[in-house]
Amino acid sequence: MFKTAALAYTYDGSFEGLLCCVFESYQWKETPLTIHSDEEEQGLLLESKWIDTDTSRAERVLKSIPLRICTEAEEWVRLGFWSCAPDKEMLLLNFLYLGFTHGRKVMDMLADDTVNALQKAVQQLQREAHLYLGFVRFSVYGPVMAAVIEPKGFVLPVIQDHFCDRFHGESFMIYDKTHRMALIHQPGQQAIIPLDEWVPPAPDAAEEEYRRLWQGFYNAIGIRERKNDRLRSSLMPKRYWKHLTEMNGGSTGMAESKPKLDEGSPLLEHAKSKFKS
Amino acid sequence: MDMMEKLEILTASAKYDVACTSSGSDRKGQPGGMGNAVSMGICHSFAADGRCISLLKVLMTNGCVYDCAYCVNRKSNATPRAALSPEELADLTMQFYRRNYIEGLFLSSGIMRSPDYTTEQMIAALDLLRNTYQFRGYIHVKAIPGADEVLLSRLGLLADRMSVNIELPSQESLGLLAPDKSKASILKPMSLIKEKINENRSDLVKYNHAPRFAPAGQSTQMIIGATPDTDFRILTLTEGLYRKYGLKRVFFSAYTPVVEHSLLPALDTKPPLLREHRLYQADWLLRFYGFQAHELLDEAVPNFNPLLDPKCSWAVNHREEFPVEINRAPYEQLLRVPGIGVRSAQRIVKARRAGTLDFAALKKLGVVLKRAQFFITCKGKMLEGLKVGEHTLLRSLMSGQELGRIEPPQYEQLTLFDDFYLAALPAAGAAVPTAGSAALKGGEWP
Repeated sequence: MFKTAALAYTYDGSFEGLLCCVFESYQWKETPLTIHSDEEEQGLLLESKWIDTDTSRAERVLKSIPLRICTEAEEWVRLGFWSCAPDKEMLLLNFLYLGFTHGRKVMDMLADDTVNALQKAVQQLQREAHLYLGFVRFSVYGPVMAAVIEPKGFVLPVIQDHFCDRFHGESFMIYDKTHRMALIHQPGQQAIIPLDEWVPPAPDAAEEEYRRLWQGFYNAIGIRERKNDRLRSSLMPKRYWKHLTEMNGGSTGMAESKPKLDEGSPLLEHAKSKFKS
Repeated sequence: MDMMEKLEILTASAKYDVACTSSGSDRKGQPGGMGNAVSMGICHSFAADGRCISLLKVLMTNGCVYDCAYCVNRKSNATPRAALSPEELADLTMQFYRRNYIEGLFLSSGIMRSPDYTTEQMIAALDLLRNTYQFRGYIHVKAIPGADEVLLSRLGLLADRMSVNIELPSQESLGLLAPDKSKASILKPMSLIKEKINENRSDLVKYNHAPRFAPAGQSTQMIIGATPDTDFRILTLTEGLYRKYGLKRVFFSAYTPVVEHSLLPALDTKPPLLREHRLYQADWLLRFYGFQAHELLDEAVPNFNPLLDPKCSWAVNHREEFPVEINRAPYEQLLRVPGIGVRSAQRIVKARRAGTLDFAALKKLGVVLKRAQFFITCKGKMLEGLKVGEHTLLRSLMSGQELGRIEPPQYEQLTLFDDFYLAALPAAGAAVPTAGSAALKGGEWP
């Protein structure tokens, strides 16, 4: 929209930081060639401009989105930011240029390349989040429960309300290994916090037993005459299997191959080694 | 018998029940309770046959006093029997639910002693879950035909969804294979459930806190391929069930031979999966695309074409309805174009408000141009360079995904139904084995 400036914006990787990049662009009436967070590798030999994260500037940009575009656009910007779309920062900047120019009409412009790309990114994130509503597997450790996920997009804020409502009397954690963040919930309290590493403890006997029963159920429910690996893999892609109790050890899940349980080894380590080999 | 053994037996006996959906109920969590229900439903896993696992699907017992020929649990079948107590069942459900393995429970049962006694046992289990464990997740329960009305009503107040299996698509087939069941005995609980749901709806208007009766409605299922009923008959029945009984879903189950019987297909028969798939496609057309059964099939063509999906078949035989102008056609008309689904039709309606759409735009919106190209115009023009001979048309409509989906084992199933299908097919379908050389009746297209 503005004249392209031969420079890159670098920001701290936060949502507020990105909003400040938008502010910067409007302030100097310039469009950067690219925007990346300070954690990413900087491949381009470009002059780079560091954008400070200033809460009041971020606030101003954020407030103007529902006012000058619509609330759905604000939702898209948040979801788009959590998605794993390549170059999502420039995508969001371009979307906001369009939005601030056309107003709420931008939401109808689905055939526009920018709007289309953002719509697809949002849809992909929502799809993954929906799958995780089903694919999260908790292990019960006495009074607390914990699960590990490895999503492509940052789905924790999208699935937060669902799990906190469903298990509102429980204390639980969902650890996102990809983004190294954790959703922690105790009755009446919840938060998403950074967590560098977490290795699940070894399951106790009761936990082992229910896992075994679940695997038994899983193996018994499939109809052998209808076996269809391709269909299963398209509905439940293999990248999710690693953390699914019933797929542990990569067994194909028909009754003849009952999965073995290595006593005492933590579920995660077990799955890891199986995947490497 | 240990828990594992019981669970395996009772799951294996329940696996032929198709419905595993957890949709239609919306219920928030509550202090002191465990769980909630989400109206769109959630799949928690997919079995090796590709079917969704959403609910813990088990029988209370697989012992049964009936002797239905098609059923694996029939009295005269020598198979290991097991039963779960209401306590065991409730505990297992809660433990699985807590670990997010499942969305809830799907409970069915063989008939112990009598329908009434069986229903009482099921009520005991659900009562334990709902009132002792304060379980707020999803419960789907099978109504046992022949059980007392009062018991069925109590069951409905504990469950989200109830279902009665139609089992077979006609009275004759029932008489032949399920002598203990009749059309009347199946339809009776179905209409009772319908009445209760309606009654409950008006109660809810009057009293905010009236207990909800099967808030996710009722569903049913029937077996496909065990009897000579045609697709037309099955689809008309399906449509009737949606209209008259207000069913939420009708499920089809490709018959998997489980018992040897002179009246049934042989044990080595492959389940007619493609036929089942076509029926589901047609079911979707009835529920979401505004089609009616008689538009898709009739007495003259009573079965679906194995090589063309029902919508393509319809479009090929109704060329007078096409081409459709993308920038002006109403939503209902867009829905009838092959290659345009509910989502892409909605996107078209939205996107054309912002500007005129061309073919490149349609592609971005998720339209499958390969199919749609023959049936649409953009700004009054067909796709440039499009060859619209019979050959290209048919090859485009049935190749790729459609043929790719038919995997080798399912080809064998085709041979089983060869005469059956071919006799009933329009000329296009009959010529199909010689891929692409097929010619339609009625000259050049368009």
